[in-house]
Order: sequence, then structure tokens, then C-alpha cells
Amino acid sequence: MSTRTVRPLFDWPIVKQAIWGAFYKLDPRHQLRNPVMFTVLIGSIFTTILALRATTTPGTESAAFVGGIAAWLWFTLLFANFAEAMAEGRGKAQADALRKSRQEVMACRLTSNNVRESVPSSQLKKGDIVIVKAGDLVPIDGEVIDGVASVDESAITGESAPVIRESGGDRSAVTGGTRVISDSLTIKATSSPGESFLDRMISMVEGAKRQKTPNEIALDILLAAMTIVFLLACATLVPISEYSVVLAGKGTPITLAVVVALLVCLIPTTIGGLLSAIGIAGMDRMIQANVIATSGRAVEAAGDIDVLLLDKTGTITLGNRQAVEFIPADGVTAEQLADAAQLSSLSDETPEGRSIVILAKTKYGLRGRNVEELRAKFIEFSARTRMSGVDLDGRQIRKGAVDAMENYVREQNGDFPRSLKDQVSRIANLGGTPLVVAEGKRALGVIYLKDIVKGGIRERFAQLRQMGIKTVMITGDNPLTAAAIAAEAGVDDFLAEATPEAKLALIREYQAGGRLVAMTGDGTNDSPALAQADVAVAMNSGTQAAKEAGNMVDLDSNPTKLIEIVEIGKQLLMTRGALTTFSIANDVSKYFAIIPAAFVGTYPELNRLNVMALATPSSAILSAVIFNALVIVFLIPLALRGVRYQSVGAATLLRNNLVVYGLGGFVVPFVGIKIIDLILVALHLA
Amino acid sequence: MNTSAWMEIGLFFVVLIGLVKPLGWYMARVYAGQPCGLDRAIGPIERTLYRLSGVRQDEEMTWTTYAFATLVFNALGVVVVYLLQRTQEWLPLNPQQLGAVAPDLAFNTAVSFASNTNWQAYSGESTLSYFTQMIGLTVQNFVSAATGMAVLIALIRGLTRRMTETIGNFWVDLTRSTLYILLPLSFVMAIILVSQGVVQTFSPAVEVALLESATDAEGKSVTTQTIPLGPAASQIAIKQLGTNGGGFFGVNSAHPLENSTPLSNFLQVLAILLIAAALCYTFGDLVGDPRQGWALLAAMLVIFVPMLVVCVWAEQVGNPRLSEIDIDQTSNAFQSGGNMEGKEVRFGAAASALWATATTAASNGSVNAMHDSFTPLGGLIPLWMMQLGEVIFGGVGSGLYGLIIFAILAVFIAGLMVGRTPEYLGKKIEAYEMKMASLVVLIPPMVVLGGTAIAVSLDVGRASVTNPGPHGFTQILYALSSAGNNNGSAFGGFGANTPFFNCLLGAAMLISRYWLIVPVLAIAGSLARKKYTPPSAGTLPTHTPLFVVLVAGMVLLVGALTFVPALALGPVIEHLQLTATH
Amino acid sequence: MFQILRTAITLLALLTVITGVAYPFAVTAVAQIGFPKAANGSLFEKPLGAGNSSVHSNARDWRSATDQPPKWAGSELIGQPFSDPKYFWGRPSATAPVAYNSMGGSGSNQATTNPALVDAVRERVAKLRQEDPDNLAKVPVDLVTSSASGLDPHISEAAALYQVGRVARLRKIEPYTLNKLVLSHLERPTIGIFGQTRVNVLKLNLALDAKAEEVSKLVIPAPQ
Repeated sequence: MSTRTVRPLFDWPIVKQAIWGAFYKLDPRHQLRNPVMFTVLIGSIFTTILALRATTTPGTESAAFVGGIAAWLWFTLLFANFAEAMAEGRGKAQADALRKSRQEVMACRLTSNNVRESVPSSQLKKGDIVIVKAGDLVPIDGEVIDGVASVDESAITGESAPVIRESGGDRSAVTGGTRVISDSLTIKATSSPGESFLDRMISMVEGAKRQKTPNEIALDILLAAMTIVFLLACATLVPISEYSVVLAGKGTPITLAVVVALLVCLIPTTIGGLLSAIGIAGMDRMIQANVIATSGRAVEAAGDIDVLLLDKTGTITLGNRQAVEFIPADGVTAEQLADAAQLSSLSDETPEGRSIVILAKTKYGLRGRNVEELRAKFIEFSARTRMSGVDLDGRQIRKGAVDAMENYVREQNGDFPRSLKDQVSRIANLGGTPLVVAEGKRALGVIYLKDIVKGGIRERFAQLRQMGIKTVMITGDNPLTAAAIAAEAGVDDFLAEATPEAKLALIREYQAGGRLVAMTGDGTNDSPALAQADVAVAMNSGTQAAKEAGNMVDLDSNPTKLIEIVEIGKQLLMTRGALTTFSIANDVSKYFAIIPAAFVGTYPELNRLNVMALATPSSAILSAVIFNALVIVFLIPLALRGVRYQSVGAATLLRNNLVVYGLGGFVVPFVGIKIIDLILVALHLA
Repeated sequence: MNTSAWMEIGLFFVVLIGLVKPLGWYMARVYAGQPCGLDRAIGPIERTLYRLSGVRQDEEMTWTTYAFATLVFNALGVVVVYLLQRTQEWLPLNPQQLGAVAPDLAFNTAVSFASNTNWQAYSGESTLSYFTQMIGLTVQNFVSAATGMAVLIALIRGLTRRMTETIGNFWVDLTRSTLYILLPLSFVMAIILVSQGVVQTFSPAVEVALLESATDAEGKSVTTQTIPLGPAASQIAIKQLGTNGGGFFGVNSAHPLENSTPLSNFLQVLAILLIAAALCYTFGDLVGDPRQGWALLAAMLVIFVPMLVVCVWAEQVGNPRLSEIDIDQTSNAFQSGGNMEGKEVRFGAAASALWATATTAASNGSVNAMHDSFTPLGGLIPLWMMQLGEVIFGGVGSGLYGLIIFAILAVFIAGLMVGRTPEYLGKKIEAYEMKMASLVVLIPPMVVLGGTAIAVSLDVGRASVTNPGPHGFTQILYALSSAGNNNGSAFGGFGANTPFFNCLLGAAMLISRYWLIVPVLAIAGSLARKKYTPPSAGTLPTHTPLFVVLVAGMVLLVGALTFVPALALGPVIEHLQLTATH
Repeated sequence: MFQILRTAITLLALLTVITGVAYPFAVTAVAQIGFPKAANGSLFEKPLGAGNSSVHSNARDWRSATDQPPKWAGSELIGQPFSDPKYFWGRPSATAPVAYNSMGGSGSNQATTNPALVDAVRERVAKLRQEDPDNLAKVPVDLVTSSASGLDPHISEAAALYQVGRVARLRKIEPYTLNKLVLSHLERPTIGIFGQTRVNVLKLNLALDAKAEEVSKLVIPAPQ
């Protein structure tokens, strides 16, 4: 298993850096990206000027009060900056760990005239050919064009077991920063330095190249619109309050400091301040799941997935089949069949072969025999003959696929009994794989190999179904077998005898129906389908072509990861939605705190609306401002961790979130503002 | 509240909701171009109109063309009504010999009727000739309502069509709305109103004798009364059905010849909400899922009913200052009781409150009682109803397209909360839709608050105020809220007929009507271009009680957050002052 | 562009013909045939037998050129001003320049918090009390608050009954008889649901005049 580092939420070095970052980010150019926080910045500067003026020209307003407002507006900004810096810091820490593996190494480059030269890895270009020997770090992402070697990829995946990389086929991609342990590889660079996988990953987690995702842009527009509405409501309050003073004949118009305080309390600072932190944290969570997304857009799209295409092998079933039964032919005893089957499988190191030996041992008490002692000649499985077996003591035992074996038996003028054929089709109907065993021209019987569906996968699919995601199993099996496994695993649909073309066609069909499709793939022949899918997760063990075609790479090469990816995508949107709701719901209580306080001089009767019984007008306004700033800090953990996702239907999810963040957002500030007011009074600050 | 008042309000909802489905179904057929029962009677007229005006019925428009046609047609309406007023003294059907209307008032009235606002700075009896009322105002009553319905239908097409550039033909939608829906309903309504005593004649006013002579302000004896007449019923029927609200007489539906009996009152208040409510069903029918329509109707009712209860309660409790001086305001079998200042005895306080809530929920604006004399809380309800953006029923068509925009906003936030790119009726809601939806939600508060700020800052603005204390501010806020949301009702004491307010309110009506229509059509165009995403368990269902609450909550929250400060300094403080124990 | 403008102009013209001319004329035609009285203002002539009332003393001053009194005694739907204590009073009217000016219907538009409203109501109460000092009942609200139109023809049953004592005393009619007269003029909610129980003041006063004449004929003049 991969070794995942679980980072504590508040890591001191990160916090320290984030505090500095918070000040650094006060740069107006940075704030301009976020209309809500930019408004706060303007408000902070404005109230600071007002506070300075109040100290120099004493009179109308208490300098301490205006200064207090100004200070807390700056805190509001700093807290929001801090949240963003924290998220970036955590990403950066992740990136630093990655960067360590991207040390500058000397690469051995093969020039066009076959001369080897030593160049720093940073000077390698796309298309360069390098040779990596055992013990060396792979200098750059590339494709193996010659050689086979085991490679330690733990620096990237955390997986300690080395993996095989070889030219051709689906295991040809190597990643910069991994180490060749044995043999040597000739690699063609597929990216230039700075554009490699690792680089992309680092820049993604650092947030440097983070582009706003579509939903984030839409939310930004909504937040900007709300800011304008509140700006209007607050700005027009100045002439309206002036007129009210005229009408009532007493009191003073609302002061600018109070207008700014009201404005900052009302505009959605909570979500505005945490928005970018949420986005970065979402990317970070992806990375923690050992998935690299090439864009935030892909992460977001993951939350929208309607259809998951899952490869049967490795995702739904354990990668291998197991022998579960020996079915002898007429006139053959089960023991005879078991014995022959065991002999034929002794040197068969595939999981299927091993499972036959184990079944013979557990069911018929046949102990494993020493391969050396038998002096047997083993016949390896080949794709041409599609059978394997053993020759010993004149016995020729073979096992293999049904049609291959039937031919084998008939070639020797043997008889392939009808009853055996019936057994074969029975097994196929059950979703199993029949393996025929023959000795010479005599067919002994059938081994029933069964696909073992992974434990818990059925429940997982049920969850997905509740989330509204349809699962489709992709398999090369025939429809009969596929149907049986599909039923057992509980997938919604399956594609049998799948070819890359069929896969691509299926994706297009779903997309034409308006659905978003996610899939995993590793082989080069998956590339077209990966490129077509909306969310395409390439296995890190897969080919470079597959990785290029996908928009995410799973470093663990774990096909089940898709489910986790979907959840992370949803969590990202949910966190934004929840905090937006919370932020808006907060405003109700702030009105109750500020409006009576602001106008009580003109209309003393307004004090009846001071439902929180806040001590004085200035303590009421300060409490609201302070609450508004502090709530950002309290919500940083939520922003970084994300709202908990439960796999229930949308309606239930909405209801739960509305209760927690809507109702909560309505109630919490009443309590919070009251507590702050009590503290301010206790400290004689207001 | 006495028994009859309870029963009247109860029956109101029963009849209203009972008519939603049949009328909604009928309208859906009209817009879908399917046989609707009146084809043989109206079809030939419709086809003649198209032939004469060069409209090709099957010609589809992109959203920009649709919007352009809408704007051109409405601009033309403004020009025609303006010119009619300025030249009425030379035109026929002017038995009272009324002169030309002043330019600022004529502008205000022209915009007011073209924009379906029907703000009336003038008094009908003494300002406008029968000709102007018929050719100018009655026509605009029809076509401004039909414009709203056309835009709604275009938006619905945007939601239902897939991957196409076009959203229908404005001329066809306009014509069909007028001929098949508004005209037949108005005709029936007008005849019923006449039967109740609403006048319909081209004769001039008649004199009647006074039983007891009276003395006028100058001390002269007056022995006769002049009964105003005119083709009122035909205009009143469409004024209610088309959520226009512009009365034939100055005091609107409080006038005994405009709203003569409790039955005519019931029918009129029903007509105010009828089409707007039934369009919800039309919407559901056209998008292929009537539950979607019922959900939006439910969202309207979720807001409407509590507001109505508050308003009825506040008006029925009456004026505490009068209770102090030995006035009997209780409600019993012998009297309606309650706050009867500015109300008519035949309606009583409860039915007047029902009307006030309905006329401001819908962007109708006709009145059967004087809102200026409502209790602060009772007056807060109509004021806030308008500030909610005229989406609780709202104008015919315009109310529902406004509410759909709110539904889109609700879907957006809710969609995020369930972790999915928001979609409404299978259409993804993205940045462009949010931009346009934000405009739709932003503009009315901007106009209302901005206009109020201007008016209260200037002496010309303050001069129109006729009531002391915070109520004076409420008068200004009410006028701007009414114009800025195309309602048209007023705090009647407010001196609105000044050049300043005629221009300010005229501009407010223009902006809030047409600046909303354009982004709404833009959304329609953008949605029509999108593909359809079929719903799954992960899709937020938009027909559930939860969603109903969410949409209603969204409307209330936007309305509350925007206007709470202003309301606090108007009706809220007035209420606190009125109820403060001395 | 010009195509759209051209279509707009033609279509508006055609729709004007239909909705602005054909529609109101059609409604008028049906109305004048089907409901001639209602369509023309629900006017009525003086009931037979109710000749020139001797009860009120106001001199008539016909303004019309012919010096002919108008043919119509009033509209059933439009109230008339009454201030003579011998008549039932209707609702206060805020129309200018004279109360119940039907060419300029208007409410007072005074806010509930407007001190002028409370003053006005107080004055009306005082006047009622002055004409009827023995009546200690609370004043029904509609009798002292101005109507929305200023032309409200009705008062509530409570407001009518409140005045019975005064009118009976001044008209020298048995309060019982007068009560019966009021009750016979009650307009109840339509089918028990729509509207409020009310009395048409003009019709009641006309009936009152008739009743008074009838009573005065019955009363044998006291020997002088």
C-alpha cells in the first residue's frame, strides 16, 4: 500500500510562513483578484484615515471606536490572507517533498551520432535520448525505448515495491525523479524541464498557476453582485439617515465609519476570504490521495460525473481468477483430475495456476510436489497455443482454454465428450472461466476458475448509485460471463467484449445523452477513450500516451481511486456552497446588531430591535465587526478539510447542509456577537 | 375579522388555485401552437394580422433579434401614448374638452403604461380623454402584458430547447398572447363587471341632484353632483388581468363606478393573480413536468400567505391612536372594524388588505384602499412585496421569469451545496447565466435605493412628502419601489405629479422593465444553446418542498438584506412609534 | 432592422384597432343592451311619492343653464354628502373642493401616525356627540374615518344603528320604526361571503324622507 502522509492541520512551520504570507498578500494587486476582499481593503484604508482624522481633530466621533473598527477590518483582511497562505503552505510542503526528488542530476545523453555526453538534467529537451543505469535517478519524464528494468517510484507514489518498466507495451513510461534499481533503460524524453509532470504538480499545489475554475468564476460573479447590492444599501443609507434626522428632528446622521463597518459585515467576507483557500485545499486533497490533476477544472468536473466506466479486472474483481471446483469427465474421478491439474500447474506462477495447486491441496489433500524431483518438462503458456502443461514419465498433461483444448484432443483423434461441453457452458453462464485438462488424447475434465469480486465493492456501487452515479463495467469477457459478474458486483451496466473502439463509442453515446463520463485507463489503446472522457484518470504505471490523454494521473495506479476522486470533487463544490450559505445567513444577525445601534440616536424606539441586548451602540457595532473577522479564522479548518461528504441523494445532502450551514449560519452569530459584546464590556473596551 | 371576511379569503385561494390548471393548460396549448378551442374564431384574425404586418409565423429569432423586436415595439408604444396625450384636444372622443397633458406627465404616463407599471401621476377623470384612454392606455394594457408573457415563453423555450440558437418569434408570441388569452378573458370579465355596475358608455358625465346641498371650500352652496362615466369596464378588465393596474378613475378600484360591489371586488382581485398563477402551470406543462410549475407556484404562496396574514392582521387590529379616543375598531357582525381610514365599507378591512397584498405581489398596482393610510405594518407588506422584485406572482409573464431567475440563483447555491455543477431543468448554470441573473436581481434594488437616495437629498424630492415623521420617508421609498419594480401603486398622498418625480420615476420604470428583459432573454439564448443533462439521483430535484423553501428563502433573503436598512427607517420605526406605550 | 420597425408599426396599428377600438366598442354594445342601467352609472330618479321634502330647509340653487333640476336623484353607487343631523350621515369624504365631489374622488391619505388624522377624527366624534349627547356608545370606526374614494355610498350597520337615536329624536319617529327602516335597507354579504354588511346612506335617507312625510301626515296637527 502507499504510505500516505497525513499532515496535521496546523503545522507550525507552515503557520509561521502563512502569518508572513498574510501580510505579504495585502498587496492591492493581489486583492484585486477578489472583489469582496478588495472592498474590505478599501474600507480598511478608509476607516484608518477616518481614525487618524478623529485623533487629530477631536470632536464628533471617538477615535478609539473608529480605530477599533479600522483595526478589525485589517484583521479581517489578514485572516482571509492567512487562510489562503495556509492552504498554499500546505500545498507547498507537499510540493517541496516532491521537489526533493527533482534534484539536479547529471544525465547521460545520447547524441545523434551515438556519442554519450553528460549534461545537467535541466538542459534536457523533449525528444532527447538518455541512458539511465542502475542506481541512477531518471532525469526527466520519458518513454522507455529500449531495455527492461525495475524502478523504484516510491518518491512519487509512496509505493515501496519496485515496478517493472520496459520498452513497448503499457509499461513504458517513466517519471522524472524515480530511481532505476536494476538493469539500464534507454529513455526518450517526453517533456522539457519545467513542464514535466512533477513541475506541473508542484505548480498546481503551490497555487501559483491556479486558474479559477468555472464554478468558482460563477460564484465570484454572484459574490461581486452581492457586494454591489450591499454597497448600494449602505451608501444610500447616508442620505436616508440625513433625511431621517430632519424628519425626526433629533440625532445625528450615520457616520462613515459605521457605514463601512456595516458594509464589511454584510458583504460575504466569510466565503470571499476563504474562497481561494478552498480551491487550493481541494487540489491539495487530490494530491494527498496521490492523484495529480492537470487542472482545477478537472477536479471540479469530477464532482459532476454521472457515469463511471470501470475496468472489470483489478477494479471490480481481484485481478486474478481462482479455481473453485474440479469437474471430472465421465469415467474420471475427481482425484485423478485434481492430480493432473495440480501437476500441470506446478510451475505455473500465475495466480490462477497457484490457486489450482491450492485447491487440489485443500480439497483433495494432494500435497505440493517438489518440481525438481519430478524431473518434469514444463510447457509454458503461449499466446499461440493458448495452453500450458507438463510432460513427465511419458504423461502429457495439458490445460488450457476450451476451444484450444478441444482442438488439441481432436488432433490426437481423442474424443471431446458432450457432457464436458455442457459443463463448460454451465461455468460460462455462471460468469466463470472453464479450463479444460487433458492427458494425451483424453479429456479429464474442467477446472472452474471463478472471478472473485472484491469485498465491499457492491456496497460501494450502491453508494455511487445513491450519489446519482451510474457504474459501467468494461470487460473483454463474453456477454454471458460479463452479465454474471455484473450482477454479482452490482454494477448498473456492462460493456462486454470491449474493444478500444467500443469503449470510445460508449463514452460518446453517454456524452451525447448529456452525461459526464469518467474512466480510468493505462494502455496506449485507452488513449482515445481517455481523451474523450470528461474525467480521465490515467494509471501512473501506464503508458505516456495514456497519461497525456488523461486529465488526472493516479500515482497509486489504483482503479478504485475514481470513487475517491469524485468525492473530492464534490467536496470542493460543497465547501464553497456551504460557506456561501453560511456567509449570507450571517447577515441577518448583523443587521439586528448594527441597525438599532446606528440609528438609536435618531429613533430611540429602535432599541426594541436590539434583541441581543448589546450594551452600547459602539459595542454592538464593534462586536459585529469582530465576529465577522474571527469567523474566518474559525472556519479555516473547514475550508482546508472540506465539508464532510456523505454518499446520499442530492435532496438529503441539501437538507443536511441547509440545516447545518443555513440555520447554523443564522443562529451562530447571534451567540457569537453577544459573547464578544460581553467580553468587550467586561474589558471596558466599549 | 368576521366570518364573511374569513370565508372570502378562503374562497379566494380555492378559486385561484382551482383555475390554475385549466387556464394554465389552455395557455400552454396556445404557446405550443396546438389547437386550443378558439382557433376557428380567432385563427382567421390572427392570420390576417400576420399577413398585413409581414410576419412569417414559422420564422425563428435568435435572442438578440427577439430582444430587439421587443424593445422596438415597446419604444413605439411609448412614443404613440406620448403623442396621443399631447394632442388629445384635437382628437375625437373628448366630451369633457380636456386639454393637452403636460410634457413631463405625458412622458411619465407613456413609459408607465408601456412598461406595464401603470403608475398614475394623473387623475383619469380630469386629465385624459376617452380616446387617449382607449387608443393609448387600453392598447398598452394589452400589449405590455403580452410583452411580459412573450419574454417568459422565450425563456421557457430556452430551458426546453437543446443546442439551438433560436427562442421563438416575438411577433407571434405577442399576437397569440393578446388574441387568444388576454382578449377573450378581458371580454368576459368586462361584461361581468358591467353587470355589477362598472360603467361602460361613451356618454359624457351626468349631473344628479344632491338630496342635501353641500358647501364647498369657498363657502358656495353645491346642489348637484356630476357622475363621471366612460368606457371603464373594458379598461378595468384588462388592467386587472394584465397586471397593469392603471385605473379609469383617479382613485382606481376604490371608486364605486370602477369596483362597485363586493363581487366585482372579488373578481378583480382574483383577476390580479389569475394569469400570473396559471402561467406557473403553463411553465410546468411546457417543460414537460407540471411539478416544476406547481413548485414555483408553491414558492409564491409560501411568501404570499404569511405576508397576507400579517397585512390582514395589522389592518384589522386598527389604529391604536384611535382606540385611545373611544373609537370602536372591533370586528363583528355589525361592522368590519379595523383601520377604516382610506377604506370602503363594502369591502371592509380584510378584503382591502387582501387586495393590497395581491396587487403588490403581482405588479398590478391598482388599489381598492389607500395604502398611505394603512397601518405601518400593513403598509410595510405592500412596500416589501414590491421590493421583493415583483416575483411573487408578479406581472403576467414578468413575475414568473423573475422567479425563474431566482430559482436559477437558488439552484446555483444549492447545486454547490450538493457538490455538483448546478443545473436547472437539465441545463447547466454557469458563469454567463450567473452574470445575467445577477443583473436581473441587482437592477431593481439599484433603481429603488439609488432613486430614493436622490429624492431624499433634494428639496424638490422632499417637497412632495405629505405626511410627517418617518412616514414621509416611506412615501418616497414607496414611490421609488413601485416605479423601480413596475408595480404602479402609490402612497396616494404623495405629490408625485411634479416634473422632478415624473422624470425620476419615468426613468426608474424604463430601466427596471427593459434592463431586465434583455438579460432574461440573454439567459434564454444561452440556455437554448446548451445540451440537456438528464437528471440523476445526484441532481438536485427542483420540485420538492425543500426546493420550494429554498427559492422562497432566496427571494426573501435578497429582499430583506437589500432593504432592511431603508425599511428600518421607514415603516419599521413608524410601527415602533405607533405601538410604543406612552 | 427596418423590417422590424415596419412590422412593429403595422402590428401595433392592427392591435390598436382590435384592442383599442373593436374591443371597447364590443363591450359597450353588449353592456348597453344587456345592462343599460348598470353600464350608465346606476342612476335612479326620485322615487314616486317622495316629492319635495319639507324636512330639510336648504335652498336649492340650480346651476344648470335651463334652471331645470337634474332628472336623476343620484347614483346608487355614489354617496352624497350629509351634514344635517336629521339625516343619517355617511362617511367623511376627503374630496375637494366639496365633500363627495365625484369628479375628483380621493382619500385623505393621512398616515395612521399623522396627528392631523387623530385631530380630524376627534373633531368628528365631537360633532357626533354634540348632536347626540345621550349616546355614550363607542363610535363605529367607519363613521369617523374618511373612505378611500371619498364617494363611499355606504356605512356599516353599526354606524347606521349608532345614528338611529339622533335621527329618531330629530325626526320624531319611534326609534323602533327607524331601526326597522335601517334593517330593511341592509345590504348583506353576497351569498354570505363577499363583502361586509352595509347600508346605502342615500337610499336610506330617501326612504327616511318618505317615512317622515308619511309619519307627519299621520300625526294630527296639534290644535293651535
